Amino acid sequence: MVKAGVVCLAAAVWIPGVAIAQDNSPDITVETGGKLLLTRGISTIEGQGGGGLTPWATITGNETDRGIGGVAHMTAVDLPDYSFLSYGAAVGLFDRFELSYTRQEFDTEDVGTALGLGQGFTFAQDVWGAKVRFAGDAIYDQDIWMPQIALGANWKTNSQSAVISVMGGADDAGWETYASATKLFLDSSLLLNGTLRWTNANQTGLLGYGGNLNDDHELMGEFSAGWMLAPDIIVGAEYRMKPDNLAIAKENDWLDLYAAWAINHTVTLTGAYVDLGSIATFEKQRGVYLSLQAGF
Amino acid sequence: MRISVLAVAAVLGLATPAFAQSSSQSPAPHPEEEAVDPYTISNDNAGARPFAGKEMLAAFHGQEGIGRIVDDLVERVQVDKRTSEIFHASDFVRLRRTLKEQFCYILNGGCDYTGRDMAKVHEDHGIITAEFNALVELLQQSMANEGVAFGAQNRFLAKLAPMKRETVTR
Repeated sequence: MVKAGVVCLAAAVWIPGVAIAQDNSPDITVETGGKLLLTRGISTIEGQGGGGLTPWATITGNETDRGIGGVAHMTAVDLPDYSFLSYGAAVGLFDRFELSYTRQEFDTEDVGTALGLGQGFTFAQDVWGAKVRFAGDAIYDQDIWMPQIALGANWKTNSQSAVISVMGGADDAGWETYASATKLFLDSSLLLNGTLRWTNANQTGLLGYGGNLNDDHELMGEFSAGWMLAPDIIVGAEYRMKPDNLAIAKENDWLDLYAAWAINHTVTLTGAYVDLGSIATFEKQRGVYLSLQAGF
Repeated sequence: MRISVLAVAAVLGLATPAFAQSSSQSPAPHPEEEAVDPYTISNDNAGARPFAGKEMLAAFHGQEGIGRIVDDLVERVQVDKRTSEIFHASDFVRLRRTLKEQFCYILNGGCDYTGRDMAKVHEDHGIITAEFNALVELLQQSMANEGVAFGAQNRFLAKLAPMKRETVTR
């Protein structure tokens, strides 16, 4: 599984070479690159361009309105009772459209034994995402308040249908939609993002969609702030509201404190402290998040 | 400077009552620069309102600092592959002078901007977003090279950012 992530990262580094070769062809002009450092965002644990836990209105990849770009990411979160891994790839088209796929694996380690699922029982989820930037320019519209606005949707499928059912979850697949507004307040080096997500996913869908407490989609607010310390470094915090649909497993809102470093236009490293609250009856899941994103 | 502008304009008979604002005459001749078509001189051409106070000017180390930043930037844009084509046929004497005026005016350094407006200056360059972003990165390097604090760099860039609308034409 990890091997697949490495292949994705390798592809992201390799593809620019192909694209540049195409630039020399008289018939095909595929422009790549051109975004300012860090402005493609990083990859969320669900694969969208943005922050670590919540998407932004930015479009992934280094491309501008004249080209294409892409990224691959691998993200690991180490918690007291669980470990989480996600990896995937996304493309950005003309700084307008974003398509993403990410695989998530949630390893229950010893909890698996305690819950009678077996040692190291793993929930896996596939997340397919699409996002369209509708209006605004988060970076350059510095003389007006209008943020950059994007709409997105995700289709998610979970590998553990039977267990989700036993836990009180309603479905092993689900969709969600969201709207994001992102604005860089350059005169104070501050980036703000707000996202409204219409969802019924339990723990982003790792524990299924809908449940015995509530099966309906609800509107959840997600917020992130970042303070630019240098052209290649941003630090900040994120907050993500979450549904609470399962009677046996209370779910909390998420919080993180992060630092992201664009080593260059290709690779961005992000580290964070995350507080994911209660997950599948095990409380205080606080730990370390590390993410590597490579793209063109 | 303004007196000589008025004198030249008067001689050429260009000052008409309809354009009788304080600085609405043709540009003063700069013998060392290539000629440009006549245009109306105005600080409005600078594309941004100046900062209040002297804090930003101090952060940029005064007119001397602005001069060093512009000289450094003009060197960088000629070397960098992403931008060298744009400036291939530029009059670098005029570019340095008008850029220094523009930066000095916006940073409230006591200068007037005598160049053309951003749309006019860039209309024939066919600049794309990637090139504009490259210019931003080079300016960041020039400001960092001068030792301008990152926060002050961003306050200045926030003034320049909306100029992308007039500068990027394709």
